Amino acid sequence: MSVTPDAVPQKTFRLSMLIYDTRYRSLTIQIVTLMIFMLGAAWLISNAVSNLAALGKPIQFSFLWDPAGYDINQKLIPYNNQMSHGRAAIVGLLNTLLVAFLGCFVATILGVIIGVLRLSKNWLVARLMTVYIEVFRNVPILLWIIFAMSIFIEIFPKPNEFRGANANASMSLWGTTAFTNRGTYIPKPVFNDGALWVGITFVLSLVAIWAFRRWAHARQEATGQILPVFWISLGIFFIPSIVVYMIIGAPITLDYPVLKGFNFKGGLHLRNSLISLWLALALYTAAFMAEIVRAGIMSVSHGQTEAAYALGLRPGRTMQLVILPQALRVIIPPLISEYLNLTKNSSLAIAVGYMDITGTLGGITLNQTGRELESILLLMLIYLGISLSISSVMNWYNSKVKLKER
Amino acid sequence: MKKSVFLGALTVAGFAAAVASAGTLDDVKAKGFLQCGVSTGLVGFAAPDANGNWSGFDVSVCRAVAAAVLGDPQAVKFTPTTGKTRFTALASGEIDMLARNTTWTFTRDVDLKFTFDGINYYDGQGFMVPKSLGVTSAKELDGATVCIQTGTTTELNLADYFRSNNMNYEPVPIETNAEARQQFLAGACDVYTTDRSGLAATRATFENPDNYVVLPEVISKEPLGPLTRQGDEQWSDIVRWTLNALVSAEELGITSANIDELRKGTNNPEINRILGTEGNLGAMFGLDKDWAYRAIKAGGNYGELFEKYLGEKTSIGLSRGLNALWENGGLQYSPPFR
Repeated sequence: MSVTPDAVPQKTFRLSMLIYDTRYRSLTIQIVTLMIFMLGAAWLISNAVSNLAALGKPIQFSFLWDPAGYDINQKLIPYNNQMSHGRAAIVGLLNTLLVAFLGCFVATILGVIIGVLRLSKNWLVARLMTVYIEVFRNVPILLWIIFAMSIFIEIFPKPNEFRGANANASMSLWGTTAFTNRGTYIPKPVFNDGALWVGITFVLSLVAIWAFRRWAHARQEATGQILPVFWISLGIFFIPSIVVYMIIGAPITLDYPVLKGFNFKGGLHLRNSLISLWLALALYTAAFMAEIVRAGIMSVSHGQTEAAYALGLRPGRTMQLVILPQALRVIIPPLISEYLNLTKNSSLAIAVGYMDITGTLGGITLNQTGRELESILLLMLIYLGISLSISSVMNWYNSKVKLKER
Repeated sequence: MKKSVFLGALTVAGFAAAVASAGTLDDVKAKGFLQCGVSTGLVGFAAPDANGNWSGFDVSVCRAVAAAVLGDPQAVKFTPTTGKTRFTALASGEIDMLARNTTWTFTRDVDLKFTFDGINYYDGQGFMVPKSLGVTSAKELDGATVCIQTGTTTELNLADYFRSNNMNYEPVPIETNAEARQQFLAGACDVYTTDRSGLAATRATFENPDNYVVLPEVISKEPLGPLTRQGDEQWSDIVRWTLNALVSAEELGITSANIDELRKGTNNPEINRILGTEGNLGAMFGLDKDWAYRAIKAGGNYGELFEKYLGEKTSIGLSRGLNALWENGGLQYSPPFR
């Protein structure tokens, strides 16, 4: 067979080739689609812009520097009603981050415990966990939030009932904490002179724990001897700080809540809005996380457990050293979406009057300034930013625990 | 070429946007009913009964407008709005007019681009507390927990009042009057603040209204009235003059009882002009001669509506006060029909 050179002559490019030539066709279709899509988007945007201009409300963000004029009950940074709408938005943002962080923290712990317990061989425990999961994940989160709030409002006593010689209510936990229908007042640590040294000691002991665990790990690799790492870590965690605290003479004291006027004064005020939102978000999300954890554990072949037992590992160690590291690979990616869900669900905060970013920027500020589009756009950008940050951190963690292919 | 297509598209979009805002009157006539924004439920002003029929002082304004425009006071669909959602609902065209005890302020009129079509209730912000608290003046409220509806002027007045009196408070933001009621009754807040008419209306729904007291201080001016989108003068005029017709009717003694009698013709030319037996005022804004007749006939004149929904014989028990006619020492005063 003779090899004939390709007989196609070098043709010049013609426009029709964009449609009839398979080399270009898909590219043509993609470009045309993109143009149509962009034109559509441009039409929508310009429509919005010209409609707003016709209303006399061109898009501008200068309102963020105007005085807000309203007060916010829970603020992590100093704020008063003379400060700007932008500042109010930041106060709200911090409140969102606070409840999201607290919620994710508790939900993770609960989720892992419940997920493991659901696999328990104890019939009652496993069934109880099943009931918990089914009840919590099959009722909308908004109802849980409102339900929690109603319980707090109706069950706990009014601050007034703590008053007088024979009051209806008294403070709990040895007189340190007041559960009221306006929130829980707990003692607040007050840092006096010398508290810095206690703090430094505490940080140093954390470093020491980390170093000790590293050393113990290396020692075990080298000699096979196992130290009681947990108990020693626990000791390092508490003892040095307490010793320094005693030596300097108790530089950290507690400020107890006291009933004064209409409300309790002093101490830390955990508002019912925060607690109910936090609880509802955590319990609701924990139900989903439990299922994720269960799926992760079940994805590890039972042969792994049997092999570990055959090597003489105890069940706890088997879970810790064999099952969980493998299960984490399955658990982490869906866990990320649960964190994102919890954060985004926190925008339901207004249902109980928790002033998160949706309540300040997307609520009162939007309403008082009438800048709907700007506020909502900012709000979307902020949630996008928070979510992307969470996923990038979690993706980094995921890449650390995932199967290393060498 | 790509650029010119893009610019062309922009131009088309611009035209489309311009066409989108036709007259509200034509829209309402075309769809055959009036979409009216009211509150989510404030007895006396706007509240649905067991069968879902809305009634109240603000609702009557909607019904009067519907009667004037469409000839049927029942041709109204109500959209319950919260303090937060009301302006967006009106600005977006979801509702044709808003009658939701909304305070007329500079920024709402000028910056939010609405037109206030008169004042149907002169109000002021007050405080309600349980009697057991032993408070007799708002000046004693330092440190109190205060329930407020978010997105209202009351929120800003409250902040101003406590600041100017050097007092502290703990705000509890609330979305609707019903939630405020629950929190206030449970004692989750010491004080509920809103317009005094709203306080009276809320108090009337309590099991033991006598255990609660409205403090004497009035900390703000709250002129409440219906509003429409700015830029549709014809529609704004219709709402404004419907309200004026109700007030004029009281001034001139036109009631729902004698209106049919008066319509046969009287010696008073202004009554004749309002009721359409002399001249044709209605045609000037695109309605027929009988528009005001139907508006007044729908529920009665301003005084009748007040007595029926808010007056001293109702559970709310408000006196006319500032809302009496100017002849009787109040502020209600209608420009002449001429």
